[in-house]
Amino acid sequence: MTEAEVDTRIRALIEPFNKKGVEIKDSTTFQNDLEFDSLTVMDFVAEIEDEFDIIISMNQQAEIENYGQLVSAVHKLQANS
Amino acid sequence: MSEGIAQPDQRVENEGGTRDLFSKFDDIIHTRETLLATGVEDPYNLVMEKVLSPTRAICNGRDTILLGTYNYMGMTFDPDVLDAGKQALADFGSGTTGSRVLNGTYQGHKECEDALKEFYNMDSAMVFSTGYQANLGIISTIAGKGDYVVLDIDSHASIYDGCAMGNAEIVPFRHNDIEAMEKRLRRIPEDAGKLVILEGVYSMLGDVAPLKEMVAIAKKYGAMVLVDEAHSMGFIGENGRGVCEEQGVIDDVDFIIGTFSKSVGTVGGFCVSNHPKFDIMRLVCRPYVFTASLPPSVVATAATSIRKLMHGSNKRAHLWENSKVLHKGLVDLGFEIGTDEPQSAIIAVIMPDLQRGAMMWEALLKEGLYVNLARPPATPANMTLLRCSLCAEHSAEEVQTILQMFDRAGKAVGILAS
Repeated sequence: MTEAEVDTRIRALIEPFNKKGVEIKDSTTFQNDLEFDSLTVMDFVAEIEDEFDIIISMNQQAEIENYGQLVSAVHKLQANS
Repeated sequence: MSEGIAQPDQRVENEGGTRDLFSKFDDIIHTRETLLATGVEDPYNLVMEKVLSPTRAICNGRDTILLGTYNYMGMTFDPDVLDAGKQALADFGSGTTGSRVLNGTYQGHKECEDALKEFYNMDSAMVFSTGYQANLGIISTIAGKGDYVVLDIDSHASIYDGCAMGNAEIVPFRHNDIEAMEKRLRRIPEDAGKLVILEGVYSMLGDVAPLKEMVAIAKKYGAMVLVDEAHSMGFIGENGRGVCEEQGVIDDVDFIIGTFSKSVGTVGGFCVSNHPKFDIMRLVCRPYVFTASLPPSVVATAATSIRKLMHGSNKRAHLWENSKVLHKGLVDLGFEIGTDEPQSAIIAVIMPDLQRGAMMWEALLKEGLYVNLARPPATPANMTLLRCSLCAEHSAEEVQTILQMFDRAGKAVGILAS
């Protein structure tokens, strides 16, 4: 899967979590821009994990602050799985 | 979620004051000040001036029924337990001043470990200075870099801290969700070391884990299993061994972690196991090695209490009765409870929000009842809870008194219709 395809799929997944309709750019942060709390993070991560059949451990999550980093991390993870 | 995580998710800007290393706590300070500004008594600054029994104390000057102390089996004033402690204090002194692996292992520590082995019918037992250190030590030592820890998202702070200290990959799953746990185990590389961590009773809502199914799945994927039975030891299961015993999976569990600070009625932590190499933990587990061992009086009271808990079936039956009566009574009054049925000695009353929760907590305290106020973000789903933990020493009449207090306080605060 190309990074662009990963991006498309994650964009669809993020929709229901993006309650305020924030424009999603690579630099969009989950905590500040999207205002995800810890429960939302858990549900959102679980959706991505199921979609791509991967694990994003909490250690890896801690390194991911914005949307661009997420797409790139998922692209790497699904290529290895 | 765990009680130790204390950062709200949203940052609050704090004006004034110089920025320094304490600035990161500004949002917590703000939340606390806002709550106290409403005039409520500080729920996190209660002082018990006198403790009259396992179920009563003088708190902030008032005679108070204790319903939030985790003193499930009421062993803190048991005459045999107190005698054992006094004797050990006289015979062995006030403290060991040393590590378990140097000068800090007394006869009492061995006797306490023997009592645990007998209580659980297991080969090995290791006593730590606190329950927190037991989780921290065992988890951080057995799950290292490159290993995977699969755990319930609502796990206690000591479990998360153990994972972080060991540098293992932390893979949480939705609370008590069997399918979510299996999916994660299936995705972990087959040759990686895997540890599944579960709790018998989760302390926030007082609900139990489906250990029967979860332990079987963990074994299917070749994972070792650690179960924290802090809130079930002494009470749940025929012999009080916990939810593992109750659900018939104790022989498939690799490690049981527990504490002396709940049913046992003192302080300390432990791990029991049948693993043939378990004893090496005494040399490689840093939170065990690099701290002073428990004082002789503490291990003497613990050992005596553990042996008495083996024969505590009458107390266990009375505690179940108390739990059922309180649960049903609170539901009948119109309160919302964390579980549909009572599953443990913890009954969590769900409050509409933090402010009314704090008001209710204070109204109960003025009625003469102490419960725990648990608030976001330490709680699941950002709930504010009044957590009640029952004791086998609460009389049936006391439980009725407690219900009347809830009724009056609930109406006064406007949570119940008057």
